[in-house]
Amino acid sequence: MADWDPSKPILEIENLSISFFTRAREIPAVMDFSCSVMPGEAMGLVGESGCGKSTVALAVMRDLGKTGRIVAGSIRFKGRDLTTMTEAELQKIRGSEMAMIYQEPMASLNPAMKIGAQLAEVPVIHEGMSKSDAWALARQIVADVRLPDPDRILNAYPHQLSGGQQQRIVIAMALMSKPALLILDEPTTALDVTVEAGIVDLVKALGEKYGTSMLFISHNLGLVLDVCDRICVMYSGEAVETGNVEQVFTEMRHPYTQALFRSIPLPGADKNARPLISIPGNFPLPHERPPGCNFGPRCDYFQAGRCDAAEIPMFPVPGDRHASRCLRWDEIDWTAPPAKRVAKEKLPVGEVVLKMEDLKKYYSVSTGAFGGGATKVVKANETLSFEAREGETLAIVGESGCGKSTFAKVLMGLETATDGQIMLFDENVQSTPIQKRGADTISQVQMVFQNPFDTLNPSMTVGRQIIRALEIFGVGDSDADRERRMLELLDLVKLPRAFAERMPRQLSGGQKQRVGIARAFAGGAKVVVADEPVSALDVSVQAAVTDLLMDIQRQNRTTLLFISHDLSIVRYLSDRVMVMYLGHVVEMGTTDQVFAPPYHPYTEALLSAVPIADPHVEKKRIVLEGEIPSAVNPPPGCPFQTRCRWKSQVPGNLCEVEVPPVQVLEGGHQIKCHLSAEVLAKMEPVIKIAAE
Amino acid sequence: MLLFVLRRIGVMILTALALTFVVFYLTNLPPNLEKLAKSEASARMTDEQVDSWLASNGFAQPVLTRYAEWLGVLPGWTGTSSDGKPMGRCLNRIPAGETPPAYCGILQGNWGWSTVFKQPVSEVLGRSLGHTGWLMLWVMIVMVPTSLILGVLSGMREGSRTDRVLSTFAIATTATPEYVSGVIFIALFASATAGISPWLAEMGWIEGKTLFQGTATSAMDGLTFWNFGLPVLTIALYGIGYIARMTRASMTEVMTQQYIRTARLKGVSFREVVMKHALRNALIAPFTVIMLQFPWLLNGVVIVETLFNYKGFGWTLVQAAGNNDINMLLACSVVAVFVVLVTQLISDIGYVFLNPRIRLA
Ligand SMILES: Nc1ncnc2c1ncn2[C@@H]1O[C@H](COP(=O)(O)OP(=O)(O)OP(=O)(O)O)[C@@H](O)[C@H]1O
Ligand code: SF4
Ligand code: SF4
Ligand SMILES: [Mg+2]
Repeated sequence: MADWDPSKPILEIENLSISFFTRAREIPAVMDFSCSVMPGEAMGLVGESGCGKSTVALAVMRDLGKTGRIVAGSIRFKGRDLTTMTEAELQKIRGSEMAMIYQEPMASLNPAMKIGAQLAEVPVIHEGMSKSDAWALARQIVADVRLPDPDRILNAYPHQLSGGQQQRIVIAMALMSKPALLILDEPTTALDVTVEAGIVDLVKALGEKYGTSMLFISHNLGLVLDVCDRICVMYSGEAVETGNVEQVFTEMRHPYTQALFRSIPLPGADKNARPLISIPGNFPLPHERPPGCNFGPRCDYFQAGRCDAAEIPMFPVPGDRHASRCLRWDEIDWTAPPAKRVAKEKLPVGEVVLKMEDLKKYYSVSTGAFGGGATKVVKANETLSFEAREGETLAIVGESGCGKSTFAKVLMGLETATDGQIMLFDENVQSTPIQKRGADTISQVQMVFQNPFDTLNPSMTVGRQIIRALEIFGVGDSDADRERRMLELLDLVKLPRAFAERMPRQLSGGQKQRVGIARAFAGGAKVVVADEPVSALDVSVQAAVTDLLMDIQRQNRTTLLFISHDLSIVRYLSDRVMVMYLGHVVEMGTTDQVFAPPYHPYTEALLSAVPIADPHVEKKRIVLEGEIPSAVNPPPGCPFQTRCRWKSQVPGNLCEVEVPPVQVLEGGHQIKCHLSAEVLAKMEPVIKIAAE
Repeated sequence: MLLFVLRRIGVMILTALALTFVVFYLTNLPPNLEKLAKSEASARMTDEQVDSWLASNGFAQPVLTRYAEWLGVLPGWTGTSSDGKPMGRCLNRIPAGETPPAYCGILQGNWGWSTVFKQPVSEVLGRSLGHTGWLMLWVMIVMVPTSLILGVLSGMREGSRTDRVLSTFAIATTATPEYVSGVIFIALFASATAGISPWLAEMGWIEGKTLFQGTATSAMDGLTFWNFGLPVLTIALYGIGYIARMTRASMTEVMTQQYIRTARLKGVSFREVVMKHALRNALIAPFTVIMLQFPWLLNGVVIVETLFNYKGFGWTLVQAAGNNDINMLLACSVVAVFVVLVTQLISDIGYVFLNPRIRLA
């Protein structure tokens, strides 16, 4: 590109509008979107689901599909307008000068082609490289993305790799031709936090090494702070604020950005003293946008007559290329504390409600395509013991496959335990499957599921589904009674009573999750297991749903078992935390104990991996090497020994041969580790909040 | 793997046993036997004569015993005929002077005597299977590549004009059964009075009276395009539509997968995307279908062979069924079971090899 001046932006999007043309109507997905990325810069694109982030990314790649069309504006890449390029010209640029990585690594790789062949294809196409040279290059890049044993990996098929390894391969593929621009669309959303931390580190290092510019799409503000130099916040198809990451994070000048930050739990946030503030209302659908400011109906600073009068342009804000799409950016007092924050009282915990002793759950699985093969035992849960009290929130944290959901299933009676005791109000429910449990026990233990989309019956009104639950639990004497109770439940989960007549498809994700919660509480549940209840929801909705759970808990003095992989939210709402790894409880204690040293080595790594959207927080970076071992074939001795950085502090090879005992530290804090008390005492905190 | 194959073979044997027993039972119902006796001996027999004929020919034993004899797990029956000659299942057609074996069922390789063809079943069956084999071979040669190409072409750009034209064609062909398309073909290409042949003959462009031959009898001695084209086309056409639609569905699905987008965004050209990335994944499903088509082809074979008077397996089956040729029918059932299960086995194994996600234990 001789005619391109490297001091100019590498990517310049101006007034871009994109619409999807469906049979019913035109859907304006992106409107008047502008942003520019300088060489070597990483631009973060954040916003709620459906705001058009992916659409912008695909427009840059010019791959909007049959229905999508760029209706206005330009996208200049190295000075050339991509919107007018022919298919042949695009082909030359794609993969060589710009590359894209997206969310689902498994789906992005061809299942029937060897990894090596998929990688080598890129230089063969773009540089006319010979096949053997291309494979050699592929080997080198695979080593570059820090994958062990590149030769084995090149000859493997995608399904033989783990999710994290697949994503590294996808990154390697994008880097094969050293592109000038890399677009990453939620590259780590499908991965576990510790794996995510590794990938993010890799992306940052490679960006520096090759000087690649990046467009990094994410809904996780913490990640964006970690990776990017600049940020562009999108709302309903528009960019609402852009600027330098740190500036936007500390001196935001758009009410939406501010509201976003107030709805995510930051370290220091406390559910009683500083509850999260959710953004009221819902995200407008593309064809239902209000006149004037899109954010108007949800904005605290809305002024009728001004904000809804005309389209709002971007206003430059003093600072480093900072701009905001808000009329009142210089009128609002940005430092004022939020008005609506109401401190709530902390609830004292009551009697022991649920008690587990030495619970074990083993599965036997058979391997092999034709039904043959050996049977193996998967130890999903190893000797779990704990108790939960009335009105208490106990969080269970761990990465995928650590046995969290198995545990929930056993408790619910969907699976029977292999060994051990589960006492519910002193009644042993260990080996009673759900069909045999009395309606009483069933209604006392209820569950809120991860995915609100799958758990509601799509062909039954919301009211009917709640009444069904009431019938099953034997609540109410007459239909009228149940009807009344159903409406009360809707009030409880803060849904308008009119919603009783709606079908699930007419609800948003957050609303569906509320219906799920209403159903769980229909029988006056005493113990509610919430399996990742908010992870499928947007941040602004997450806050509302967690708050709702907390409120109901306060009212009903419910025991909440909150299963999650998101440590920020766990820290925010739980009283006690249990950390699991490969079926073992490796640490357990009150939230303060678990989030402060001494840590179990795994908890330490987990904490350091969580991205935090606060530039004042200093974090120690501990990146775990290797993968989570398979539960079918766990390592001998300590389950964490393959990735532990403290192992050398334990004398001899104790970690490798012996399962560590549970050490009980002061205050009942339990750590399953061989480390001596002296070493544990010397641990430093992972997160430090710098003085403001 | 070996275990899997063995298990499949076990299933095959059991199915064959069950099916042949049913066929055996049905063909040996009293009315059928009476018909057999009358056709074998004399049409004007009295009921007593029939009974004694059946008794002396071994048909009087219990059905299970005779089924076991047919299998070769019980010794063949022996007896004497009304005129005093020794009779026996294993005596038939043995040259004089040799001692007959005690067992003579299919386990001993003795498939019995065909009453319709007056020949050993094995001979008739071998010959007709040979003929059908050629027919199948050519059907496959025509059908598989055509249908795959059609399916891939229409599936690679869903909704395009090519797609719409090809899909319409595919649906039309599957909606037309062989006895309809066969008759249409004969009328169109192989009739001296209708279709295009009279016109072509008039113009002097063809030597005979018709373009294609309306019967395939001569193909049994030497295959030519003109005597074999129509039967092959008739069977293939139906299958083409079916497989093409399967391939299209599978191809359109593959084309919307993320990895196809990945390939496209790597800068791979459309042609290469289809050839290198989509094809193998898209062929996994149709492969199974093609294999499962084999047994189904037998069905088309029956119609087409009868229509074109081609003396293959289907034609033989029709003859045997029409004349209650017990041994022949039993042998045909065994062959049918064998074909169905072997193709299924191949399809399962092939699926595993095409799809790297499933690996052998
Ligand atoms: N092919 C399509 N046809 C019609 N509408 C579409 C299509 N693709 C996207 N949209 C609409 O365009 C808008 C923007 O979608 P987009 O996928 O860009 O959102 P996003 O910000 O990437 O969301 P997420 O965080 O969930 O990935 C949405 O309202 C979506 O419904
Ligand atoms: S323009 Fe008005 S409604 Fe829109 S964000 Fe600014 S203050 Fe709120
Ligand atoms: S027991 Fe050893 S390997 Fe396990 S966590 Fe403790 S130090 Fe690490
Ligand atoms: Mg997206």
